[in-house]
Amino acid sequence: MSQQSMIDRYTSGERILHWVTAITFFLLAASGLAFFHPSMFWLTGLLGGGTWARILHPFIGVVMFVAFILMAVKFWHHNVLSGNDRKWLGQIGDVIANRDDRVPPIGRYNPGQKILFWVLLASMIVLLVSGIAIWQPYFAPSFSIGTVRFGALMHALSALALILLIIVHVYSSFWVKGSTEGMLSGKVSRAWAKAHHPKWYEEVARK
Amino acid sequence: MALQSLDIERRSATTTPPPGAREQPQVAKLIDVSRCIGCKACQVACQEWNDLRSEVGHNVGVLDNPLDLDEHSWTVMRYAEVEPEGGNLEWLIRKDGCMHCADPGCLKACPAPGAIVQYSNGIVDFHQENCIGCGYCVAGCPFDVPRISKKDSKAYKCTLCSDRVAVGLEPACVKSCPTGAIMFGTKEDMTHHAEGRVAELNERGFANAGLYDPQGVGGTHVMYVLPHADNPEAYSGLPKDPTIAASVGTWKGPLKPVGLALLGLTALGAFIHYLKYGRKEVEHEAEGGGERGPRGEA
Repeated sequence: MSQQSMIDRYTSGERILHWVTAITFFLLAASGLAFFHPSMFWLTGLLGGGTWARILHPFIGVVMFVAFILMAVKFWHHNVLSGNDRKWLGQIGDVIANRDDRVPPIGRYNPGQKILFWVLLASMIVLLVSGIAIWQPYFAPSFSIGTVRFGALMHALSALALILLIIVHVYSSFWVKGSTEGMLSGKVSRAWAKAHHPKWYEEVARK
Repeated sequence: MALQSLDIERRSATTTPPPGAREQPQVAKLIDVSRCIGCKACQVACQEWNDLRSEVGHNVGVLDNPLDLDEHSWTVMRYAEVEPEGGNLEWLIRKDGCMHCADPGCLKACPAPGAIVQYSNGIVDFHQENCIGCGYCVAGCPFDVPRISKKDSKAYKCTLCSDRVAVGLEPACVKSCPTGAIMFGTKEDMTHHAEGRVAELNERGFANAGLYDPQGVGGTHVMYVLPHADNPEAYSGLPKDPTIAASVGTWKGPLKPVGLALLGLTALGAFIHYLKYGRKEVEHEAEGGGERGPRGEA
């Protein structure tokens, strides 16, 4: 593939933010699941044991939140539902079954990615707020027991939603061949752009 | 407490049966509030036996000292002046501390394997060497008992002197009580004894006297004889019908298997999708033709 056939999709800054979010997410999901269910407790070993996992988890969480929010500031305007999005969602069956010739053309992000973006943002905010309420030993003691209990439940619920969406996100990046490479190198092929994000490709080609 | 490892009924964050070869009779501590004179001998005995010393605090104008439970004070006397009926003044004194619930909210909430155990005799004990300091036990407890140490971030509370009980002794507080207001024995004996005391109190005009053994937490292994059992809140906020909070029950109950199953099914669904439909691959990459071709609207 010649250099010319590649086009820029992500700057190095955007990619660094993405992968900081991804790596911190992985550590948080592992230690969080360890606190969530006994069958996963062994995952605390990843952070150096139960007590270390308890100490580090919230700090890593703050790093993930900051990285994600910086990314959200850069990307939110690409993620407003518009144009063919409703139509695309109506034909989600064709999308899933790889009948791409029938799928209406969409822009830089497809509606699935856009919805993912907003739900991720919501769960990040809930995770931060509830996480502060249950953060031992610094903040939890200053909240009422009722708040801590509710915070723990919300933290678990939003974390489950987040992990579930990330499973979908990771699989999708594998499913749509070339996507992971795009987030690693910052470049995608013209063919990839034309096939998966035709309206975005037109914009880029016009420049 | 390795010596007691053969008679554990429940172990935190453990889904297989804990060592349970031996079975012991259920024990209980009975605190007869009507016989308590508030001398704090039990507080002193607790600190002495367990080798603990709270920091000397400040007098805030009431007898309560220390004002609250902490990692060094596993039991405190709480004093309440109340007027149950017009004109009367009653001084209600309650020895506060872990109630050793049959269905312990702390143990249910604890994520660290073996940090909280319930022995087959009913005593709920914290094993600090397994504690990770997350504070979930604080959220799980319906009685606001566990305290996280500021020094080591481990959770502490009354052990019901499990070390003494294991060798056939009564808890230190029981041993020290000068009026015999604190008693210890099998739960059956203590319940029976309490019935007699309640009948006596009824005769003496305390029509609402009763035994506090709240069934919302499966009963407790620390029970009170209360002259005003109809209003336990009068005794410095003893909850009337304590249960594990619904939020904790959901979080550490059905959400655990349901949550994990959802994650597992999502991953499985993704794999099946791959097997059925495969990846979206772009053909003719070299010519930049793409399978969609140039037919997007202009």
